[in-house]
Amino acid sequence: MAILEVKNLSISFEQYRSGLKREVIDVMSNLSIELEEGEILAIVGSSGSGKSLLAHAMLNILPENAKTSGQIFYEGKPLTDVELTALRGKELAFIPQSVNFLDPLMQVGKQVRQSSRNGNAVEKQRSVFECYHLGKEVEKLYPFQLSGGMARRTLLSTAAVSDAKIIIADEPTPGLDEVVIQEALRNFREFADENRAVMLITHDIGAALTIADKIAVFYAGTVVEIAPVGDFSGKGEKLRHPYTKALWRALPQNEFTPIPGAQPHLSDLPKGCLFAPRCPLMTEACTVERPRVRELRDGKVRCIHAT
Amino acid sequence: MALKIGRFLFFKAIRIATLLVAICLISFLLVKNSPIDPIQAYIGADMLKVSPEQRAQIEAYWGLDQPVMTQFFSWGSAVLQGDLGTSMIYRRPVIDVIGERFVNSIVLMVAAWILSGIIGFTLGVIAAMKRNTWIDRMIQWYCYTLASTPTFWVGLLMVIVFAVWLGWFPVGLGVPVGVLAEDVTILDRLQHLFLPVITLSIVGVAGVALHTRQKLIDVLSSDYILFAKARGERGFLLFWRHGLRNILLPAITLQFAAFSELFGGAVLAEQVFSYPGLGQATVEAGLRGDVPLLLGLVIFSTFFVFTGNLLADLIYQVVDPRTREGRVK
Repeated sequence: MAILEVKNLSISFEQYRSGLKREVIDVMSNLSIELEEGEILAIVGSSGSGKSLLAHAMLNILPENAKTSGQIFYEGKPLTDVELTALRGKELAFIPQSVNFLDPLMQVGKQVRQSSRNGNAVEKQRSVFECYHLGKEVEKLYPFQLSGGMARRTLLSTAAVSDAKIIIADEPTPGLDEVVIQEALRNFREFADENRAVMLITHDIGAALTIADKIAVFYAGTVVEIAPVGDFSGKGEKLRHPYTKALWRALPQNEFTPIPGAQPHLSDLPKGCLFAPRCPLMTEACTVERPRVRELRDGKVRCIHAT
Repeated sequence: MALKIGRFLFFKAIRIATLLVAICLISFLLVKNSPIDPIQAYIGADMLKVSPEQRAQIEAYWGLDQPVMTQFFSWGSAVLQGDLGTSMIYRRPVIDVIGERFVNSIVLMVAAWILSGIIGFTLGVIAAMKRNTWIDRMIQWYCYTLASTPTFWVGLLMVIVFAVWLGWFPVGLGVPVGVLAEDVTILDRLQHLFLPVITLSIVGVAGVALHTRQKLIDVLSSDYILFAKARGERGFLLFWRHGLRNILLPAITLQFAAFSELFGGAVLAEQVFSYPGLGQATVEAGLRGDVPLLLGLVIFSTFFVFTGNLLADLIYQVVDPRTREGRVK
């Protein structure tokens, strides 16, 4: 069963440009994903495709000028903003991107302990630190004294001490050495295996493939495909969306061939399929309207040509 | 750590020394070139009875016929030996006058400093936490109005309302008139202190309140607050854990650095309330040409303001972990 389900989430930002002219920029359109119990969902996509935005929307921590529509369901029940806010820290744990997310004037051990809702916070924090190879002296350090890797491990620890059912991790691994990456990924796996769920936002498709169950591919603020991890194999024949296939082929261990063009700018999105301008399969029909998401071979795709 | 503080204090000592030399020289030259006539200031109304020959004798006795730099050095070497000279209007050593006045002023200034700091900080926090509500707008309006209001004018208002109309507090002075010095009670002194303190406080609130408001707004939009929210913290707990510690230090620093404004404000407030403090002595010394007292006060106020800034810097060095400890790798 889906623990957390995001349905038709759209996000737009209001901006003031040149004087009082107001402009609304749609940064995410009709996005739907599901987090299943016991599952790791990896979210991949290039910068600016809306990955972090989704995480922030799920935690209701978007900036004030953001307007959202759509719904979030927790264990099958639709959530209001207030209910969603109440879940933060209790059922939902967030692992942010950088050391800037730690309070600069508080010792990191204390910050990690604050994430623990019950039980002996100090003991929990110490055992989690040990597990992430953070020495006992680290808990007394301030964020500015941490190296990049230590900071990330500290951020991982904040989620590990909480009793959340869902972890939303925003780029948790870059800058870590291989041992710690494996440790963190294994932790995510163990976490998910306890009938909880992990949403792993990452650039690192390789890491995603080793532990995730499903992979959602983001492009220009929407999901173009959700595929079981097993479909990422061979030449990508089992993949559904042309963008996913191109992404797969662009990996160094595969053909290493990049696709021409770039993700469209959010203020200038194409009217039809968002990928159409770069798509080898593009036809007249692609430019008329945005394709809907449809089920296809145990996955989902947003393309009228996919088979 | 100790070494670092030692080094810090050493450089600060050099700075205050050079600052004092420069201030003394400039003040001395300014006074020399001003229309103040020290002999007239000394003799006062009896000036008409003094013949030009007598005048010349006094000048020679005081060394006023010497070149300016010689005069400066003879005054400077006396100052270095701790002799600030004799006040012409009080006929007492300058150091005694300043000492006595300072006791009066320090009570006034410390009270106003603490009060304005606490009120200003609280107002700033409330405004930022309730940003864009009517409370925030009220507080901002109040601060901007006060920031553009002269201290003496607020003082006059206070006198008119609370001393003249309502009669709750005395109009001025530091102690009641017609009471023997030994009969003056603490209550009397507090009563006389009240209006000047309130005047200085409500004017001093604006800076720290607006600064705290902006700082807290910045902090509230920071990533670490976002993360704290994502971990379920909100409202007062969020402010207490992550807001307060990030805005307290800048606010205290600002408050220490505002010693100069405090001193300036005290000059005006003391004048309005005829409160016998340093500020009033400064005005008197300036108006009546009491050069030794004026220069003594200049030196003293330089020390005072410098101490404020020094404390502000020192607090950052000692309290903020980012400047206190080095990076460990």
